[in-house]
Amino acid sequence: MNPDSFAFIFLQACLINNFVLSMFLGICPFLGVSGKFQTASRMGLAVIFVMLVSSTCAFWINELLEMLDAEYLRLICYIAVIASAVQLVEMFIKKFSPALFKALGIFLPLITTNCAILGLALFQTQRAYNFVQCLAFALGAGVGFTIALVIMAGLREELDLADVPSVVKGAALTLVLAGILSLAFMGFAGIGT
Amino acid sequence: MAEKNLPESLDTFVKGLWRENPVFVMLLGMCPVLAVSNTVKNCIAMGLCASFVLIMSSTLVSLFRKHIPKQVRIATFIIIIATFVTIVDYVLKAISKELSDALGAFVPLIVVNCIILGRAEAYASKHNVVKSFIDAVGMGVGFTFALLCLGVVRETLGMGTIWGIPVFGANFERWSILVTAPGGFFTLGAWLLVFSWVRERGRTKAKGGAA
Repeated sequence: MNPDSFAFIFLQACLINNFVLSMFLGICPFLGVSGKFQTASRMGLAVIFVMLVSSTCAFWINELLEMLDAEYLRLICYIAVIASAVQLVEMFIKKFSPALFKALGIFLPLITTNCAILGLALFQTQRAYNFVQCLAFALGAGVGFTIALVIMAGLREELDLADVPSVVKGAALTLVLAGILSLAFMGFAGIGT
Repeated sequence: MAEKNLPESLDTFVKGLWRENPVFVMLLGMCPVLAVSNTVKNCIAMGLCASFVLIMSSTLVSLFRKHIPKQVRIATFIIIIATFVTIVDYVLKAISKELSDALGAFVPLIVVNCIILGRAEAYASKHNVVKSFIDAVGMGVGFTFALLCLGVVRETLGMGTIWGIPVFGANFERWSILVTAPGGFFTLGAWLLVFSWVRERGRTKAKGGAA
């Protein structure tokens, strides 16, 4: 497969180098909101949306900064863009779908400090993707994040019913589970080469 | 007054290192902990970078805490943090290209590390400069300590070395899984298990003593 093609970048970001399970980006929401299946899938959708918006903004901002020869401002600009993108998305959803806004609740503002979003903006700059490639990358990363979150939530819901020693309960068990999932995702490593 | 202040500041310091360790107890800032803890060298570098940003931004936030309007405080904190992270990023690139490549995107990602924003919001914006400084140092050391806990295990077993120096003989079969992504999850899971076991034991002992 052509490594620059839309499909390959999407697959790469979604499965092969899954943001959560093999690049360790966005672990906090991954551990925090993966308790229930429903919240997990909604969080995933919100992240996909914010990723697309901020990836687009970051791409044009980077062009602008390179034109002005001010790359040292990149980090500050990106974080400001992401924060405002989240705010914008929040306002947009509130206006057009109050039901969805209510369902997402606190998770929307929390997306600002999700390192997967900033990581996405940094990686697309580092790899010098063009605009279409950026969109594919953002979509892939978002879908990958959602897949990881939803699988994890499904497993944890089942796990609540299991009888485990009290020492293991909580974060330790979740991390071991994440390790096994990550092991499974290593199986995608050969795709496309 | 000085004698009275000392134990309190020591207490603030120890709190960050052990009782409220950001990684093992509060489960904050997991992304860099998992991602760069595959060698001891990376751990030390990451720990130093994050601690520098944490200490500088906590101090600055605490200095300006009376001048920052409540409504825009989070944005202000993030701008302050991002400035220091940019400095660290450029300094690290100047000192060692190799180290900066190894840490990759995780140096700029210190900006969104929840420990730093968390301390700015929960502690530095409410306490004076000296206290915030000590708190930040404690948290920084605690973070580095946690990174090292993982790094030592992952490097020794995964590559048979510590700080690049071989510790086992040539016949040592490497547990190469530990330096890859799943190994990070497993090692942190194991450490959390150890800590929760220690806490559980402490609790049962305390209960036994009371009864």
